[in-house]
Amino acid sequence: MKDKRNWALLALPFIFLFVFYFLPIGNIAAISIRQFNSGDYSNEMNWRLTTSAFNFTVFQATLSTVFTILVGLPAAYLFGRYIFKGKDVLRIASTLPFILPTVVVAAGFNALIGPKGWINIILIRVLGLSAAPINILNTLPAILLAHVFYNTSIIIRVVGAALAQVDRRFEDAARTLGASSWGAFRKITLPILFPSIISAVLLVFLFDFTSFGVILMMGGPKFTTLEVEIYIQTMQFLNLPLSGILSFIQLTFTMLVTFFLMRIDKSGFSIPIMPRLQAEGMQRPRLIWEKVLCGLVTTVLLLLLVAPVAALVLRSILAADLNSTEFLGQGQVISLRNFQELFNNRRQSYFYVPPIQAIWNSLQYGFFSSLISLILGFLLAYGLRQDRKENRAVELLMMLPLGTSAVTLGLGFFTFFSQGVGSARWFPFLIPAAHSLISLPYVLRIIQPVLNSIPVNLRWAAGTLGASPRDIVRYIDLPIIWRSLMTAALYAFTISLGEFGATSFLSRPDLPTMPIAVYRYLNLPGASNYGQAMAMAVIILMVCVVSMFALDRLQFQAIKDSK
Amino acid sequence: MKDWKIIIIFLLMGLIGGCVPEPAALTVMTHDSFAASEAVIAEFESANNVKVNFLLSGDAGSLLNKAILSRNAPVADLLYGVDTTFLSRALEENIFETYVSPLLDQVPHEFKLDAGFNALPVDYGDVCINYDKEYFNEKSLRLPRTLDDLTEHEYQGLLVVENPATSSPGLAFLLATIAEFGSNGYLDYWQRLKGNGVVIVNDWETAYYVNFSGSSGQGPQPMVVSYGTSPAAEVIFAESELVDAPTASLVGDNMCFRQIEFVGILRGTKNRTLAEKFVDFMLSQQFQEDIPLNMFVFPVSQSADLPVEFEKFVQIPEMPAQLSMDEIAENRENWIASWREVMLQ
Repeated sequence: MKDKRNWALLALPFIFLFVFYFLPIGNIAAISIRQFNSGDYSNEMNWRLTTSAFNFTVFQATLSTVFTILVGLPAAYLFGRYIFKGKDVLRIASTLPFILPTVVVAAGFNALIGPKGWINIILIRVLGLSAAPINILNTLPAILLAHVFYNTSIIIRVVGAALAQVDRRFEDAARTLGASSWGAFRKITLPILFPSIISAVLLVFLFDFTSFGVILMMGGPKFTTLEVEIYIQTMQFLNLPLSGILSFIQLTFTMLVTFFLMRIDKSGFSIPIMPRLQAEGMQRPRLIWEKVLCGLVTTVLLLLLVAPVAALVLRSILAADLNSTEFLGQGQVISLRNFQELFNNRRQSYFYVPPIQAIWNSLQYGFFSSLISLILGFLLAYGLRQDRKENRAVELLMMLPLGTSAVTLGLGFFTFFSQGVGSARWFPFLIPAAHSLISLPYVLRIIQPVLNSIPVNLRWAAGTLGASPRDIVRYIDLPIIWRSLMTAALYAFTISLGEFGATSFLSRPDLPTMPIAVYRYLNLPGASNYGQAMAMAVIILMVCVVSMFALDRLQFQAIKDSK
Repeated sequence: MKDWKIIIIFLLMGLIGGCVPEPAALTVMTHDSFAASEAVIAEFESANNVKVNFLLSGDAGSLLNKAILSRNAPVADLLYGVDTTFLSRALEENIFETYVSPLLDQVPHEFKLDAGFNALPVDYGDVCINYDKEYFNEKSLRLPRTLDDLTEHEYQGLLVVENPATSSPGLAFLLATIAEFGSNGYLDYWQRLKGNGVVIVNDWETAYYVNFSGSSGQGPQPMVVSYGTSPAAEVIFAESELVDAPTASLVGDNMCFRQIEFVGILRGTKNRTLAEKFVDFMLSQQFQEDIPLNMFVFPVSQSADLPVEFEKFVQIPEMPAQLSMDEIAENRENWIASWREVMLQ
């Protein structure tokens, strides 16, 4: 009886995955296999290429994940435990990187730490140097920096949210029994947090493992990951068999890592989490170490996450002084010209994109993909509540899209859904589906730990008192998981807003998204094109800030309602 | 929870937005750099009572590969944007139908690479090294006049190029070096470039906007592999009016690689008549004269006049590098793979 209901819950996600993942991917796999006979793929050059790409992918993903944890965990602790000045702003600022197209991030970092970036200019002036002291663009540190920039927010959001839900009384009890504050944290809180930490680490690692734009643009040609090599072999060489082999390696490794981390997760024990009100258990930093931690984390986050974005905003409002050709400081004035120009189809171009139109398209795609992934994620999380073997298999299955290269996915969609002239007209409707596929693993990983930790006796108690299963979901589960649902929605929304890889296969010139608009401006030489690309990027930022404030409001609304 | 109402309104708006019907259509697959004036396209549309849909499909390589992969159920009636470096792949895969446009008589013979008239030339352009005029003036550095010059000590670390595996100007420049030094000598040349501190990045955007000192990015390298027309674009898209271009191209013999772009009617189209009309339209004087300021390449038609910015700021190479279509087709993958081995290991 119960089993049947579980499978009913899982039916919709299964159908979705089948139609939008297995059919397109199967199609591209079939094409690759058909071409396989036409060449010899085990030659030495391909072998060397594959192993070096694989090794570097694992190497950089591991390093990036370690650094992201080092920055993210203290920040998550601060966000989960303390109230401090600027917390809301900092939390939103730390999520912004997630939506930014890589080309824009690269521009931001360039404006900040590039050879003529502000930090180098300041250092040159202050220290009287003759050349830029910081030269990390196109090196491994640039890749690591960008990955930390992108992913710290995952740790803050996932672990921080879980920490905020932990009942402080456990720790208080331990303290009463004589444990030191570190001891209480290590023995009580850390084990409770373990599942969310594993979840966050897994997401960060997979994100780094399948990284594409960062490697291409920040690392330069010396660094090749599997994902980059798949892109080169597919789109440049049309060597589908080789790219198929690379995709297979990438997928297998993704599954292995997911499986491994899930085992660790399940071998731990899970302590029930009770619903907590927003600010309960939160305090201001009082002790010296708390204040130091707060100051340190805030500074690091400001430098690492906020400064590149600020550099970008500054760049978008700087325009050359009409009477000077000097760069920076002397020759530049603050102006909104780049923004005004965006609204002006000066060249009467057929492909002019009115910014409002791009924003509207992006918002629609974002809305539908978060809706789809939220519904599917919710059903999945419910269907997978029992810890059973077959459930783990399903969970593993749902992680597949995350390990699949965006190029393969986009090409799969393109070949599978292109059914003659005119079919391309419907491609934009596939965009939310593609985005949901990518964000579903995130959504699931965010909702699941919280849903699983709801004490079963709460539901029994409600049932005994006559609540129907629907009532239990509505009055017990929903209020408890609401915060994580909204966090999940936020991720789905931001992933959709910033996604470029799969979108570029499906978008139509008259229905562009905001990142696509940025690329259109960057396609041509000329200072005003560059300026407008930056202005468009800043508009993406603003749209995202507004959406996040709206979602934050929804979180608080729910808490007021439930009171 | 009144917020749900907002969400429902959102939902309805999305549904309504998605359900607007569209008129009879002609679909053109092209690369991301395609651009044209609104009025010119509109005129074709109203003259033939058709809606033209453009499908922007990545760079030239991606575009062609998508067309090949969807050949059994083509998503478009025409494909525009396959260039010299990829033409032979397109012809080998037989994705085009033959069409001999009457307007081809306006096109010089040198552009008609496909004698079978599957792919018809529309425009051409040169990939050249752009240099930052101010830098060369300030340092009173003489300009390199051959590819060989670039390996001299005075230009150490001054050139940024794109990876030919990920960028089409990068590939074009690689082909220029092969035209100059031959398929046996080019790797040796690149070794020398490497020794002289050539900077390699993956894409044109990074090379031009991050590394090049002549663009608004103000990077460290005063020479970049870009397009011959980029100096004109710098003037047209300047933030403030410029009297002169801040950059210019190096047009020594074999330093630039000439690329011709082609249009073809995709095999299996159900709109053959309209597709023919569109090909004629692309070769018409009106469209040909619209090309330069939209895509920053040269029209192939002799009857088309050039805009004044092209006359003033674009340097034309007397002897652009050239390789035969078949030679490129046969060796492209090998050349790039060997280049990667030498330059990136």
